[in-house]
Amino acid sequence: MPAARVTLIRIFYALALLLAVLVLNFSLMHLAPGDVADTISQSMGGADAEVLERIRIDYGLDQPFLVQLGRYIGNVLHFDLGYSFFYNQSVTSLILERLPATLLLVVSAQVLALVVGVVLGVVSARRPNGMLSHFVTFLALFGYSAPVFWTGILLLIAFSLKIPLFPVAGMQDITVTGGFFAHAWDILRHLVLPMITLASIFLALYSRLARATMMEVLGSDYVRTAKAKGLSQRDVVYKHALKNALSPVITLAGLQFSAVVSGAVLVETVFSWPGLGTLAFQSIIARDTPTILGILFFSALVVIVGNLLTDFALRLVDPRLGGRR
Amino acid sequence: MTHMFKRLLAATATVALVATGAAAEEPTKGGTLVVAVGSNIRTMNSAVQSGIATGFPGAQIFASPLRYDEDWTPQPYLAESWETSADGLHVTLHLVHNAKFHDGVPITSKDVAFSVKMIKENHPFKAMFAPVESVDTPDDYTAVLNLSQPHPALMLAMSGQLMSIIPEHIYGDGQDIKTHPRNIENVVGSGPFKLTEFKNGEYFVLEKFDDFFIDGRPYLDKIVARIITDPAARAIAYENGEVQMGSFETIPRIVNRLKKVDGLTVTDKGFGAIGPIDWLAINTAKGPLQDVKVRKAIAYAVDKQFILKALMLGTATDAHTGIHPDSPFYEPDVETYDLDLDKANALLDEAGFPMQGDKRFDLTIDYGWAEAKPQVEYVKAALKKVGIEVTVRASADFPTWAKRMGEGDFDLSWDAVYNWGDPVIGVHRTYLSSNIGKGVWSNTQNYSNARVDELLEMAGKETDPEKRKALYSEFQKIVADEVPIYFINALPYHLVYSNKVGNPPMGIWSTSSPMDMTYLKE
Repeated sequence: MPAARVTLIRIFYALALLLAVLVLNFSLMHLAPGDVADTISQSMGGADAEVLERIRIDYGLDQPFLVQLGRYIGNVLHFDLGYSFFYNQSVTSLILERLPATLLLVVSAQVLALVVGVVLGVVSARRPNGMLSHFVTFLALFGYSAPVFWTGILLLIAFSLKIPLFPVAGMQDITVTGGFFAHAWDILRHLVLPMITLASIFLALYSRLARATMMEVLGSDYVRTAKAKGLSQRDVVYKHALKNALSPVITLAGLQFSAVVSGAVLVETVFSWPGLGTLAFQSIIARDTPTILGILFFSALVVIVGNLLTDFALRLVDPRLGGRR
Repeated sequence: MTHMFKRLLAATATVALVATGAAAEEPTKGGTLVVAVGSNIRTMNSAVQSGIATGFPGAQIFASPLRYDEDWTPQPYLAESWETSADGLHVTLHLVHNAKFHDGVPITSKDVAFSVKMIKENHPFKAMFAPVESVDTPDDYTAVLNLSQPHPALMLAMSGQLMSIIPEHIYGDGQDIKTHPRNIENVVGSGPFKLTEFKNGEYFVLEKFDDFFIDGRPYLDKIVARIITDPAARAIAYENGEVQMGSFETIPRIVNRLKKVDGLTVTDKGFGAIGPIDWLAINTAKGPLQDVKVRKAIAYAVDKQFILKALMLGTATDAHTGIHPDSPFYEPDVETYDLDLDKANALLDEAGFPMQGDKRFDLTIDYGWAEAKPQVEYVKAALKKVGIEVTVRASADFPTWAKRMGEGDFDLSWDAVYNWGDPVIGVHRTYLSSNIGKGVWSNTQNYSNARVDELLEMAGKETDPEKRKALYSEFQKIVADEVPIYFINALPYHLVYSNKVGNPPMGIWSTSSPMDMTYLKE
């Protein structure tokens, strides 16, 4: 099949998926009893019935379902994600405001998990029954099974309270003065704990997978051939074996991109990290439909783009998929 | 006689205040106070949004006609004096002459009239200004509120949490004030601090307004409010000193832990006007619950002491009625229901619900937020002992629960309702038969008693404080006797502050009051 056609079909699927995400989520949100007027009233300590009714009329919540859905889809087609009922702000600007924080957290956590996970996996694959290997297994199981909010709070108690190395919450200290470097350093200090917390789940996955595939690859014929050729152990492991062992890890990393957004919800909430995760969590609590839909729409976009990038990365490490054509 | 005695008391109190004031150190000027805030803020414009989230910045950014000290006495603020006409139909405010908005425009009676109009039209609490028919502005510094009937609740409605004076030259431009862009950016206020930065979900910064109408105030240069929604993370921030103050901490375990931390003070003082009360709501229109004997039996079977000790861990005060125990209108001498299973069983038998096997009848219990789960699970266990089989109905989120409550689709439910100052504002709504089924926190119990309606109506317009107190007293006795609600405890709200903080807000509105007198010790 010609590449252009494949690309077109992919884009078509992506758009259909986005539309499905919107319609499905809008309908699901609508099925739940109550609406944002109730949460607005909650934030105000109650409101007169008349006021509640006006809020519903103002936000078009009194309209029939199909009218609301039609209006919403129409707006999205005009690249307008709507207006947040709860934050009194446009959803697009809300998302764009929160995006950098989430990207910073998620990308740094992914990179950390990937690098450390692969290194630990490879090292432990070389001596599958050594002490280090057992330690890595333990660490992986622990990281994977401990709920992130618990890991987060534990790290906070250890490194913010008992040994006050890192700040408790947020992304920056507003009282910090100074230039770019002072601020960068400040953000970095705030980043460490949430990054480690978020990375802990993925570290487990990557190190286990890297360990398993590496062991498999190390037992294969071509590795034996390479050894027989008299290559050094180092070359065999890092040049021949690792490249082949990496491709399942990269596939997994790509698939995890969506999970990272969902995992970030809890981590961001614990650390008051001002990202999309906190926004998603709070909008769900507040039943702020436009914001939730906006974030879901955006997440769908991220997943689609993430998959495309994974594809690209796989082509780079696996020549069979035809990297440069 | 009582008046004399009160005056004497007041005089002694003043002397004591002056004495301690002299002994205490002079407030230090300057410094940045870091405050933790537990939720996001929809708007900074407290004229259109009530609630504690907006209350704190609202009271700093905007001034109100009056402010309150800790014994519920109004103090001059933007109004240097005020008087009510003999018939109670005209309330005259004399404004200070030197007050300016943050953009330098003088604050005049026109702005007061405008603010009243905006609040009356948009604020969620209609009862606050409902009797206000018009506002006259004979000159720039005199505003006369004309009422259709005497309205003593107006006095508390004129405090910072409820009545912000907002600039007509900003909000009078014809845009919808509820979604006005100036509600969250370039906010022009009238209070001691101006908003210089606001990143929702992260922080906001309040800076001293140099032209504030009270000389030498505020003491602080800056207040940095950090939005930290996770209570455990907030607790760690108080403990390691990153944050010096925060209010509305309510989780018993965390409150008790913070009480043990050196250098921190944790107090439940100062929440009287906010007046939050936890209670067990009983739908008086549903099956067996229509019978007052059944409702009394439920109250006798639920051991309030267990809830206070085991669930609230001693952090919460007992509440006997729907008026907060700190309020001057609170009547503690009402029918109470100490644990008595025999009495409960006897009442249920009498009501015609005999034990069949080990069961009399089924009920459901609802709750709207996770913190109330232990309470409802306890009620389920407690009522099983007298043969009432209770099914707990969880709600996915607040709106789900709110809808059930609003439509009267419940038997029992845990609930927390706030007084918001005067009973007219936050108490009447729960009992008036005209307010049945008007959404969450209306009269969701379907309670109807003609005498209660009459008492509340009279109390709403009674200008004599003693007579008013008597009316509310009778009302509280009737409600406690008929149990449409079994009152449990005042919500254990706590203010947490570092010992470096001088004069933390200890009035009746906690941090929803101006913090121009708060300072940082050197």
